[in-house]
Amino acid sequence: MLTAGQCGPGFAPHGREAADDEDPAMSDAIAVTDLTKTFGDVRALDRLNLTVRTGEVHGFLGPNGAGKSTTIRVLLGLLRKDSGHAVVLGGDPWKDAVALHRRLAYVPGDVNLWPNLSGGEAIDLFGALRGGLDERRREELIERFKLDPTRKCRTYSKGNRQKVALIAAFASDVELYLLDEPTSGLDPLMDAVFRDCIHQAKREGKTVLLSSHILSEVEALADRISIIRDGRTVESGTLAQLRHLTRTSISVETARPITGLDALPGVHDLHLDGTRARFQVDSEHMDTVHRHLAELGVRALTSTPPTLEELFMRHYDAPPRPKPRPAETGDPR
Amino acid sequence: MNEPPAPDEPAVTSARPKTPEGGVRRENAAGDDLLPAAETNTSAARPEEPTSDGRVDGRALGSGRGLPAGRVEKPVGEGVRHEGDPVGVKGRHEKARSLTGGGGRHESTRGAAGMFAGTGRLVRLALRRDRVQLPVWLLALTGVVAASASSIQGLYQTEQERLAYAMSNAGSAVSRVFNGAVADPSVGSITATETYGFTAVLVALMSIMAVVRHTRQNEETGRAELVGAAVVGRYAMLTAALVVAVLANAVLALLMAGTLVAIGLPAAGSAGFGLALGGAGIAFAGVAAVTAQLSESARGANGLAGAVLGLAFLVRGIGDMLGEPTPDGTSVTSLWPSWLSPVGWGQQLHPYAGGRWWVLALYPVFFAALVWTAYRLTDHRDVGTGMMPVRRGPAVAPRTLLSPLGLAWRLQRGVLLGWSVGVAIMAVTMGALGREAEELLATSDELKEYFAQIGGGGADMVDAYFAAFMGIFGIVIAGYTVQALLRIRAEETGPLEAVLATAVSRPRWMLSHITCAMLGTVALLLLLGLGTALSHGMASGDFSQTLELLGAALAQAPAALVLAGLVVLTLGALPRWAVALSWTALVACLLISQLGPLLELPQPVMNVSPFSHVPYLPVADPAATPLVALLAVAAALTGLGIGAFRRRDLAL
Repeated sequence: MLTAGQCGPGFAPHGREAADDEDPAMSDAIAVTDLTKTFGDVRALDRLNLTVRTGEVHGFLGPNGAGKSTTIRVLLGLLRKDSGHAVVLGGDPWKDAVALHRRLAYVPGDVNLWPNLSGGEAIDLFGALRGGLDERRREELIERFKLDPTRKCRTYSKGNRQKVALIAAFASDVELYLLDEPTSGLDPLMDAVFRDCIHQAKREGKTVLLSSHILSEVEALADRISIIRDGRTVESGTLAQLRHLTRTSISVETARPITGLDALPGVHDLHLDGTRARFQVDSEHMDTVHRHLAELGVRALTSTPPTLEELFMRHYDAPPRPKPRPAETGDPR
Repeated sequence: MNEPPAPDEPAVTSARPKTPEGGVRRENAAGDDLLPAAETNTSAARPEEPTSDGRVDGRALGSGRGLPAGRVEKPVGEGVRHEGDPVGVKGRHEKARSLTGGGGRHESTRGAAGMFAGTGRLVRLALRRDRVQLPVWLLALTGVVAASASSIQGLYQTEQERLAYAMSNAGSAVSRVFNGAVADPSVGSITATETYGFTAVLVALMSIMAVVRHTRQNEETGRAELVGAAVVGRYAMLTAALVVAVLANAVLALLMAGTLVAIGLPAAGSAGFGLALGGAGIAFAGVAAVTAQLSESARGANGLAGAVLGLAFLVRGIGDMLGEPTPDGTSVTSLWPSWLSPVGWGQQLHPYAGGRWWVLALYPVFFAALVWTAYRLTDHRDVGTGMMPVRRGPAVAPRTLLSPLGLAWRLQRGVLLGWSVGVAIMAVTMGALGREAEELLATSDELKEYFAQIGGGGADMVDAYFAAFMGIFGIVIAGYTVQALLRIRAEETGPLEAVLATAVSRPRWMLSHITCAMLGTVALLLLLGLGTALSHGMASGDFSQTLELLGAALAQAPAALVLAGLVVLTLGALPRWAVALSWTALVACLLISQLGPLLELPQPVMNVSPFSHVPYLPVADPAATPLVALLAVAAALTGLGIGAFRRRDLAL
């Protein structure tokens, strides 16, 4: 979990203005400004901005079709950008593709493997094509992810195919991991193993770009987050900064009848029924509300953190709020 | 399912909301029931996050399955242990019953009709999916038979020519292996002999692929699971596939009979011929219905049914080869093995020579027996699984795999092996028949003329025969070249994304596939030349033509490589059109070189096909210039194609 301490005053938004050509800072593993990509008359990326600093885990959030995979494919040189700037590990992702790919590992969102190769063969193949992998680490990861490497890839479920790609990626000694919704097919136990891998990568000073639409996953892992929608960056910053804009749903049952909730700041949509209550609370006022409830003797409490969907809803459905946003938006206007 | 579900598939899901993708997994259909149930709960109530020690409050999670309200320990990485009632075990037993025998018992309370519920809809869905494919198959098959039938009418106009054909068939074991034994010296019987065997094989392939497409392929892709969850009986999918196959074969029988009558062949015989073709199709639809239950992959099911088809062709070939000639020497009575094969039945029907009509009854009986077997097999297996064990592979890759070229070879070698077997058989047959060429061609003046035209117009009929066949098989082998290169496109829509995200450049990756395809082409041509030369040498006792024939085969290589270059160019520049354009180009080459001389096409049109520039070896003198020019064009096209591929977006 992130704490407010991690986003001190030193935080500088990396919007378009900050990361202009003059300073593609050496500390940034990925620096993307005004990236645009169209397919026919569909504008998949529309002046997208993204800055990933070396050594951080960066959550890349957005609903399906927002342009996450397209962005990553441009960063891999699989697609050619129409305009804008993109720098990966100090190089041009299109021209320097092969040299850059020795230093990064990619896990696609939809892992396609060769049906007649075994899982073990596919892992070794990806490792070798990337420039070799750590045998000991390979064995350890196969063990931890509980993958049967002798099965043919055609018999693997989606989750098992993702395991193959994840093992091949984490067994390689690289500086940057580009992970495109890597856990969408994993069960919770494997999800935990995946999180351990990310933590370890972070300890070793590696950079991770983690694309996802599961806020809780990003919440648990990411140092900073970029949210995109319709090919544009709509929010960028630490989670605490983004959470600030959202509400948590709470359902509570107390020993004594609930009073005084409606008077607290930040409480919305209150449904009160004697000793039970359902309401939403602005994340910044959570502490006050908790303390108030504690006085009443909490019997049961369910707190649902804001989902990505709610974050989007709030961002797009709510009328524009006058108060200034803590995080710089990527909106280039 | 081979995998023990317990450690991988926990009864308790995390407090986090599952993704939509996580909800449907192929494994769940086969064995595990717990995950979907638990997921329902997570979406109903989204409890607090797990605490740091990994404990999850079980109350909100397991309730749907009657999991006790107590806490469930979930130590990370150690599997799941249930306290109290072993719900997981019980639940799994219930599920296992409902998936196998139990489901049937449950449905039988509403009558057997429930097993077939939804069949009509699935038939319409299958017909909709096949609305282009099946009509193309039917029209192409009818067209080929119609073209052969009318050309045979032209070739064997006189009684004498027909008698000569019958005698040569009766006298040539090789010709009987491939065409079967001719029933009598009539135009109808000659047509049936010349067309039935190969057409029946194609009809069988059409039926096999249709049945597998609508059964096992649906299961492999997970579509069956979606469909099966709707109001659809357990037999509906297989029944729908069989209905479609039977419909297609019925239409085929009608089309064939009508076309042959229109050409001028006797009506009763044509009806019998059409029914025998449809019958062969239905017989192999039944075979595919069974193999689709046995194998876990569509490829495996197709392959297994194809092997049965190959065996059926071979068995009747042996029976026909070893048959006994009748006293007048114009026909042969096949031995018993011919009667073991559905392909053989159609030939033994003798539709244009009186007709043994009772033979037609063999098809429905055979079909019914196989379909009954297939239904019984569906009763004893789960959705998505097969009856045959899935083979495992090595846990560690061999060193030879670990490069783009190694990978390309691994992906291509199966296709090349299949083609090698086919080419070897063709070459040996062609060589063995060479000595008889004079005799065979002498049976018809028109045939002689045709061979002289497409064989370069030499005086020596044996040489003309070889030149003509080298030309045809050169283009046939270019079919391998196209097929192998189009793997590049299949890879692009599949795993290529992940491969190019490694330190492999686009040209290096593409060249590795091109290298395999081009070397494979040369190897097949070498095999063609060698097989022809050796078998001709052994048949005639004269090996003096060995080098000449080898050269004649290899001379086709530059032309095939030009076609390869064209395919690479379409792959680079027009990836989404590459498949259609490449096959069109191949068919155009075949038509130009086979029909061009007969239709007296103008030279500029003839020149479009690279194969028109290959010298007619061994008739003509070898000339290096056209071959070098062809190689240069091939290299230029390939280079352009790689360049275009390098500059474009991946067309995923």
